[in-house]
Amino acid sequence: MDIVVPVKMVPDLVEELEVNAEGTDLDRSVMKLRINEFDEHAVEEALGLKGRHGARVTVLAVDTGDVDETLFTCLAKGADRAVKITGDFQNGVSSHTMAAVLAKVIAGMPHDLILAGVQAADDRDGQVGVLLGATMGLPHVSVVTGVEPAGDKAVSVRQEYAGGLVAELEVDLPAVLGIQAARQAPRYAPVSKVRQIMKTAKLEAIAAPAVDAGAGSTVRRLAKPEVAGRAEFIEGSPEEVAERLYAILTERGLVK
Amino acid sequence: MLNDVAVVLEHMEGVLAEVSFEMLAKGRELARASGGRLVAVLPGHGVRNLVDELGAADVVTLVEHEALAHYTPEAYVRALAAALTALEPRAALVASSSMGLDQAGALSVRLGWPLCAYCRDAHLDGDGLSAVSQIYGGKLLAEAVVQGAHAICAMLPGAAQAAEGRAPGTPAVEMISPPDLVALPVRFKRLIRPEAGDVDITRESVLVSVGRGIQSQDNIPLLEELAHALGGALSASRPIVDQGWLPKTRQVGKSGLSVKPKLYVAVGISGAPEHIEGMRGAELILAINTDPGAPIFDVAHYGVVSDLFDVLPLLTEKIKSRA
Ligand SMILES: Cc1cc2nc3c(=O)[nH]c(=O)nc-3n(C[C@H](O)[C@H](O)[C@H](O)COP(=O)(O)OP(=O)(O)OC[C@H]3O[C@@H](n4cnc5c(N)ncnc54)[C@H](O)[C@@H]3O)c2cc1C
Ligand SMILES: Nc1ncnc2c1ncn2[C@@H]1O[C@H](COP(=O)(O)O)[C@@H](O)[C@H]1O
Repeated sequence: MDIVVPVKMVPDLVEELEVNAEGTDLDRSVMKLRINEFDEHAVEEALGLKGRHGARVTVLAVDTGDVDETLFTCLAKGADRAVKITGDFQNGVSSHTMAAVLAKVIAGMPHDLILAGVQAADDRDGQVGVLLGATMGLPHVSVVTGVEPAGDKAVSVRQEYAGGLVAELEVDLPAVLGIQAARQAPRYAPVSKVRQIMKTAKLEAIAAPAVDAGAGSTVRRLAKPEVAGRAEFIEGSPEEVAERLYAILTERGLVK
Repeated sequence: MLNDVAVVLEHMEGVLAEVSFEMLAKGRELARASGGRLVAVLPGHGVRNLVDELGAADVVTLVEHEALAHYTPEAYVRALAAALTALEPRAALVASSSMGLDQAGALSVRLGWPLCAYCRDAHLDGDGLSAVSQIYGGKLLAEAVVQGAHAICAMLPGAAQAAEGRAPGTPAVEMISPPDLVALPVRFKRLIRPEAGDVDITRESVLVSVGRGIQSQDNIPLLEELAHALGGALSASRPIVDQGWLPKTRQVGKSGLSVKPKLYVAVGISGAPEHIEGMRGAELILAINTDPGAPIFDVAHYGVVSDLFDVLPLLTEKIKSRA
C-alpha cells in the first residue's frame, strides 16, 4: 500500500502572534513555525500501518517555509520518501490553492491512502484534506482516529462525533482521511538520528504546478478578539495567589 | 432563490443537534437582511417528524433517501449538493462539527462556492456577505469579504443563541430526491457508544481539568490531589487523552463531553475553540496558564498567569489543612 502524508507548518501558538501593519495577515517575518500537531498523528498512523501491514510512506510538504527539518524528522521516524513542493508560498496560500497544488502532485505518484491532518489552526477557507479529496474526486472522511485495512481495496476507519460517539465506516481506496489522532501517541525521533539522516538522505524537490484557485474571499481585518468578559486576573506571589483563590472558593461555598 | 439562506441541519439518532438551532437563529438574521426565505435543509431517512421542531424556518427542504439513514460523508455530500444546487441560496450555513467538516469543504469544491471556516459570525449588508472566522486556536479573528453570488459558512457551535432558533409551528415541506446514491465508496458499519467510565464527568460539580501544560503523566497525581481536596474529579483536554494519560471518558470538548459543573479549574489548557465548546457553560471557571494571551482567559471568570506548579500545590495544601 502506498500512503501519502501531506504535512504542514503552522505558527507555534504558544508564541505571541504579530499582525502585519495592514492588519490583514500575520507578520510572517517573525513567526516561529512547527509541524501541525494533527500531521504528527497522520504520520504516526501511516507508520503504524506500515509496521503492522507493510506500506510505503511518502511525506509531502508544500514549502511554506522551514519544512526541511520536519521532513527529515519524518524520514528519521521511518518514512520512505520525503518530497518538498517548491514555489512562491512565503506569503501564505489559501486552502483551496493548497489543495489544488497537492492534488496535481499526488495524482502523479502512487497513492492508495492519503492521510492529512484533520485541520490546522489557520485554514480560514476550509480544511485542505477535505478539499483535496473533493478536488481529486476521491472519498474523504475527516475526524478519523483509527485506520485498518479491510481487504485489499478498502480501509475501516473510525470517525468521531460529539459526546464521544464514534462510527465505524468502510472506505474504498484510494481515499483521503483527515486524521485527528493516531492509535498511539506520535513516536519521537532522537535529534542524533535526525542529524544523521540530514547528512545521508536527500529531500526530493518538485516545482509546484500552476493552479487556478483562490479562497473566494479577502481578509479585511485580522485582529485579536475584543472580549466583553475577560477574566479578572489574580496577581501576586504564588502564596498570595493561592490565598486569594482559596478565598474565592470559600466565599462561593466550594470549599467546605 | 438567490436571496434565500439555507441552513444544513445536523442530527444524530433522531435528535437535532443544538448547533442546528443556533444556525437557524443566525440564518434568520441573514434572511432578514437579504429579503429571502430561511430554508432548513434536512437530509436523512425517516426524519420527517423533526420538521415539527423547525418552526423558525420558512420552509424545510427534506432530502429523503434510505442511503441517508446513517451519516456517511459521501452520501450526505451528494444529497446536499443536489439540494443546494436546486435552492441556489445566497448563503448556506453548515455546522463546524465532524460532519460539517466533511460537508462544508466538499460542497465548496463541488459547487464552486467560497467557504469560510470556523465562523463566529456572518453578515449580509450593502457590501455583500462577510464572515468572521476564529482562527489560530481562538487567538485571532479574521473578518473576510466573500466574493460571488453564493457562499458556505461553517458555523462554530456557540456562535448564536439556540433559543432564538426554536419556534413553534410546522413549516411547509419541499421534497428533493437525491440522485445516484448507489455504489457509495463510504459505507456505514456501526455506531460505537462511549464506554461508561469510573467517573461520569458530566455529573461532577467540581472538575479540575488538565491540559498539555502539565507536561508529563507524572504530574497527574498532583492535580488529582487538588481535585480530591475540592471533592471533585479530574477531566482533561484532548491531547492528554490522546497521549493515553487519562481515559477518553474524561475528555471535555467537541469530540468529548460537554460539562456544566459549579467549578471548572482549567490547568495548562490553552482554550482552543474545540475545548471551550465543552465547558463554557460552567458556573465558575478558574484558569491557570503561563501565557497571558491564552484564549481560555476569555471564558474564565478568574485567571492566573503563572506556572501551575508554583501555585496549585499551595492551593491544595490550603484546602487540605482547612479540612
Ligand atoms: C475535530 C476536532 C475535535 C477536537 N475535540 C477536542 C475536544 O473534545 N477537547 C479538547 O480539549 N480538544 C479538542 N480538539 C483539540 C484542540 O484543537 C486543541 O488542540 C486542544 O484543546 C489543545 O489542548 P491543550 O489546551 O491541553 O494544549 P495546548 O493548546 O498545547 O495548551 C497548553 C497550554 O499550557 C500552557 N502551559 C504550559 N506550561 C504551563 C505551566 N507550567 N503552567 C501553566 N500553564 C502552562 C501553555 O501556555 C498552553 O496555553 C479537537 C480538535 C479537532 C480538530
Ligand atoms: N502546505 C502544505 N503542505 C502539505 N500539506 C498541507 C499543507 N497545507 C495543508 N496540508 C495538509 O492538509 C491538512 C489540513 O490542513 P489545513 O487545511 O490547513 O487545516 C494538513 O494537516 C496537511 O495534512
